Formats: sequence, structure tokens, C-alpha cells
Amino acid sequence: MLSIFTKIADWLAYSILGLAPDSKLGGAVQFFIEDTTKIFFLIVLMIYTIALIRASLNIERVRDYLAKKNKIFAYLMSSTFGAITPFCSCSSIPVFLGFTSAGIPVGITMSFLLTSPLINEVAVLMLLSLVGWEITLIYVLVGMAIGVAGGVFLDLIRAEKLLQPFALKAYQKAEFADEKHMIKTKLSFRQRHDFAKVELLDILNRIWKWVFIGVGLGAALHGFMPDLWFEENLGSGQWWSVPMAVLAGIPLYSNATGVIPIMESLIVKGLPLGTTLAFCMSTVAASFPEFILLKQVMTWKLLTIIFTLLLLSFTLVGWLVNSIYVL
Amino acid sequence: MKKIQILGSGCAKCVKAAEVIQEVADSCGVQVIIVKESSPELILKYGVMTTPAVVVDSQMVHSGSVPDKKVIEQWIK
Repeated sequence: MLSIFTKIADWLAYSILGLAPDSKLGGAVQFFIEDTTKIFFLIVLMIYTIALIRASLNIERVRDYLAKKNKIFAYLMSSTFGAITPFCSCSSIPVFLGFTSAGIPVGITMSFLLTSPLINEVAVLMLLSLVGWEITLIYVLVGMAIGVAGGVFLDLIRAEKLLQPFALKAYQKAEFADEKHMIKTKLSFRQRHDFAKVELLDILNRIWKWVFIGVGLGAALHGFMPDLWFEENLGSGQWWSVPMAVLAGIPLYSNATGVIPIMESLIVKGLPLGTTLAFCMSTVAASFPEFILLKQVMTWKLLTIIFTLLLLSFTLVGWLVNSIYVL
Repeated sequence: MKKIQILGSGCAKCVKAAEVIQEVADSCGVQVIIVKESSPELILKYGVMTTPAVVVDSQMVHSGSVPDKKVIEQWIK
């Protein structure tokens, strides 16, 4: 079904614009048109559909569910919820406080907050359409593993002691928010549609420029970088290339939408999969602006621990995937 | 005069919510005080998990989206 976008791109780039298919510019332009049309089509379709379904899943219910859950299972569930809930950095504080004040341990809450930016419906969809299901599966499993392992680790070191005092107090009191403040709503189809529409416009508004930037960079790499450049220069998976990729990803603050088209080009040009994954996850999840927000509820010490934890786990994942793929 | 607090950590929707409420109040000729609150303590106090949340005279009436104009009218009248 998606091959129609290849045809549209071929037609626009080669017939209408008259570019030669084997030229660098022709390749880059064709790539750009194919990926942007495909991505926008999928985003509009999927965000709307998923938002329609999600109109009935509310975060309060997720919290109540996790609060009652057996601990070992809760990390996994929390990470899963994080994956299916779209991430907006502005909701990380309310979600964090809501979970914490319901007595959910910090680690379980962080499983949610670590997985959320890494995996979401848009990311999974783009991975599926651009790099195929095997890499998508690896990406999702790795993302959830990092969320779960990070959460378990934070509870092992008793991270709640490193919260801001008011947040720690709320955790120890562990009360549900006052019932009288709760708003219960039952949504009609009309309201669901409105919710989905607002959600779609909101997400589009937030990510459209990333799609163009990401696909633009991906297209430039695709057209102008010599084929197999990475394979010749970094292809044997030099150990230092993974931490370098992670570090390079930190200042490149982006979201999954912007980085996945780049990922596609990097893989095609022969960058080892583990290095590519490490780079992408670091770009998406290790961003200073979002971490600074969490300062309101955590001490610097805890923030530093979590940040370091992320960088280390991306590096380990990169090495691991590289070593498996070489064999 | 009614005091309306908008709770949220400075997201675009919170700004939008404040604008819409002001707009409705102006068009109804009702005077209101609109305050944007981003303190985590307040967010915790009201148990807000989805922003923006709207609190009218210390009573939370809405959470999770930019409220609808018709609904706002009911709050401020």
C-alpha cells in the first residue's frame, strides 16, 4: 500500500522536476518527497485513530491500576503504558506527582517517564514504514528494557530519598487526590472526535518542522553521502563509535519523528545498527530542556544519576546490538 | 469577582486556555481574575495529572484540554 508514495515521489522528482534518477540531487529529492508524503499521511491517519481510542483511557485509571499492582509486574506495565501514551514534556511533572502521591515508587514512575519519549505510536509507525519490522521490534524491546531496568535500578538505590522534600512527603503520605477534585466524564462520539481532532492538530503543530528537518537531513545523507561511507569507516563497529554517537545525540535535541528518517539513511549507508540505535535514542530521550523540568521535583543528584544512567544504557545497548549483528 | 487559576507547567495549551477564558469573560462582560500557576505544589494539591487544569474559586472544574467556550460561560456566570 505504501509503495504508492514511491510512485508519487518518482513521478514528481523525475518526470515533473526532470531530475536524473541516478544523480545525487535526484536521489535526495525523491527521498525527501517520498518520506514526507508518507510520514504525514501515516501521522494524520494514526494519530486520529489512536486518539479516538485513547479518549477513554485516562491517566488517573493508569495510576490507580499501577498503585495496586504487584511490584515486579508494575515496572513492565508502567513502561508499556509509557509506550502507548504520547509524550509531552509539559505533562511529565503532573504525571510524576500524580503517580508519586498515589504511593507508586519512583522507579515505577520513571519506567513510565523514561519509556514515554522513546516509544510512541508515531515512532513505531515511522520505524515500521521506513526501516522494517525487525528493527522496529528491536527498537521497542530495547526502549522498554531501558525503561524497566532504569526503574528497577532507581528503586534499588532508594531514589525517593533524592526527591524534593514536598514530593517525598507526598510519596510517604500516599493518599489519593481528594475525590471531590476528581472530574468524571463519559464521552460521546462527538466529544471523542473533538478530542482526536484537537490532539491531531496539537501533535502536527508540534512535530511538522521536525519531519521536514529530519527528512531533509536524511535526504541529504541519502543523496550526497557516498554509499557505504560508514561501513568503510566505522563499519567494523569500533568500540568508541557507540559512546561518540551517544554524546553526539545529546545536543541534537529532537523527537522520534525528526530522528527516524535520519536513522533510515544512516542504516542504508552502512552505519552499524547498534551505533544508529544508540545515536537515535540519545537524541530523543537525553535532552537537557526536559531534564531541567524535572528539577522541580527532584534534586540535582537524582537528575544526574538518571541522566548518566540513560547515557550508559544507550551505550551498552549499542555495543550489545553491534556485537550480535556482527556475529 | 471570580478567581480562575490555570494549572500547568507552562505548556502551549495552558496559555491558550487562559486566552480563551479571558475572551469569553470579556464577551460576557464578566470581570474575572485569571492566574497561571505552574507550582508543582499546587498541581499536587489538586491532583492534576493532565494539563491544563482549571480551578474556579478553589474548585477544580476541568483538566486535560483547552476548555470549550460554552463550558467556560457556565463557570463564570
